[in-house]
Amino acid sequence: MRIFDPHIHMSSRTTDDYEAMYAAGVRAIVEPAFWLGQPRTSVGSFVDYFQSLLGWERFRASQFGIRHHCTIALNPKEANDPGLRTEVLSILPRFLAKDGVVAVGEVGYDSATPDEDAAFEEQVAMGQEHRLPLLVHTPHRDKAAGTRRSIDLLRAAGVPGEMAVIDHNNELTVEDTLDSGYWAGFSVYPDTKMDVDRMVRILQQYGTDRILVNSAADWGRSDPLRVRKVADAMTAAGFDADDVDKVVWRNPVEFFGRSGRLELDEPAPDAAATFAGNSILRGAPAGS
Amino acid sequence: MTGDELRQLLDRELEPAGRAWLAGAEAAVRKDPRVVQTAFPAAGRSVGRRLLAGDPPTGWTADDAARALLLITLGDAAGEQVPDLFGYGDADEQRAVVRSLHLLPPVPGAAELVAAASRSNDRRLVAASLGPWALAHLDDEAVAQSVLKCVFQEVPLTGLPGLAERATPRLSRMLAELAHERIAAGRPVPEDVWPLIERFPPEDTLARIEAEQEHPVPERRAAARAALASRRGQET
Ligand SMILES: [Zn+2]
Repeated sequence: MRIFDPHIHMSSRTTDDYEAMYAAGVRAIVEPAFWLGQPRTSVGSFVDYFQSLLGWERFRASQFGIRHHCTIALNPKEANDPGLRTEVLSILPRFLAKDGVVAVGEVGYDSATPDEDAAFEEQVAMGQEHRLPLLVHTPHRDKAAGTRRSIDLLRAAGVPGEMAVIDHNNELTVEDTLDSGYWAGFSVYPDTKMDVDRMVRILQQYGTDRILVNSAADWGRSDPLRVRKVADAMTAAGFDADDVDKVVWRNPVEFFGRSGRLELDEPAPDAAATFAGNSILRGAPAGS
Repeated sequence: MTGDELRQLLDRELEPAGRAWLAGAEAAVRKDPRVVQTAFPAAGRSVGRRLLAGDPPTGWTADDAARALLLITLGDAAGEQVPDLFGYGDADEQRAVVRSLHLLPPVPGAAELVAAASRSNDRRLVAASLGPWALAHLDDEAVAQSVLKCVFQEVPLTGLPGLAERATPRLSRMLAELAHERIAAGRPVPEDVWPLIERFPPEDTLARIEAEQEHPVPERRAAARAALASRRGQET
């Protein structure tokens, strides 16, 4: 089974997790830029974080045979710091131009403030300029309203359905999201948000089109193997192998593939260390 | 490698789409140097990453070459743009900056950029830290540190015209001591350290390496004999 986890914060995870993910079939991931559990106080912290998503974390993943991509954005929580917002938004275009960046995200709402509106709108425009899809976080509090407000903002900006995924859906938001034409992401957690059996019921009710299933594993209590567990539960519930492959591989490939920057050939372990072989280090044949 | 040679090599390999992208990016950068901030990162997916063919091997990939040409296009604005392109760059972008320094007008803080490259965990970036600009401008200590980093990262020291001329008695000794350390651990010694050791042979350390050939621990004896055989092989 091949698995693509379209939302997982690997910077917070261990090499044991990478090994277990590979063993479970995970071959590609997307790590969205998000907040770190506590506020950052300067733009330099964002620069270093974005660099680590593009450099060290990609290297780490490659050593375990997993293709790492990321999304880059100012998250809604920290968009509420006005000085920081201006500075971070001004350096984003440099990062949105980079290889391995497959969407603008996580953007969206946390408390739905005017500052969050401004950051969201500005980043939607950046996504359009860089021809990147958008990964939209939805709030924990007042989720249904936040979801509808996100959909309205995307529509007003003219974002087509296939260029945005609304993430962290549940039973009460899934219809609004799918009816809007945008994609629907589901974060399957050990105890909160969405569990494996509820996820399977949603797939039974709404089908497999435009649905992304992710673990959203991070520094909180979470499980980097949740997507595999959903795949197994789908099989147990009578979905065939093609349905499972569509949900856990082809759907994320189709969505993030719109960036034109997915790289899905499997890196050999240590591939980054011997990238393209010795011969490319100095243009001299290996061993010469 | 001059800018013109690089352009010829690259042009032979470019597909029409890549050629059009490069021409457009160069024109846009000429008009507004800040465009380089988003064109430079996009070079890999726009022109590809193939090794450019040549005999002797060019050592340049298509993306490195395209990025070098964008930097050359900056002209006098290079000094202003290049340090940030390195600072915000991923390993591929940083490598292109370091490889291009000798093609550009003076870049403020260039020695610090090269030193940062040599401290990287990316072997191709480490390899670039001993390029033509570095060998012509870095002080002895910085060259020595980059050479040691290459040896530790198993980056070959071959194909670096001018490196032997930068050897110092201190570098020769450090490499000989590194060779001895490897032998004492029963591990192989990369053969490309010997030409640099031979520039200023540290007789005492070399005598200790010779003595390792009779060491009671078999792995040490074997490592010493293999290392000294590769040393002799390079003399002939
Ligand atoms: Zn997240």
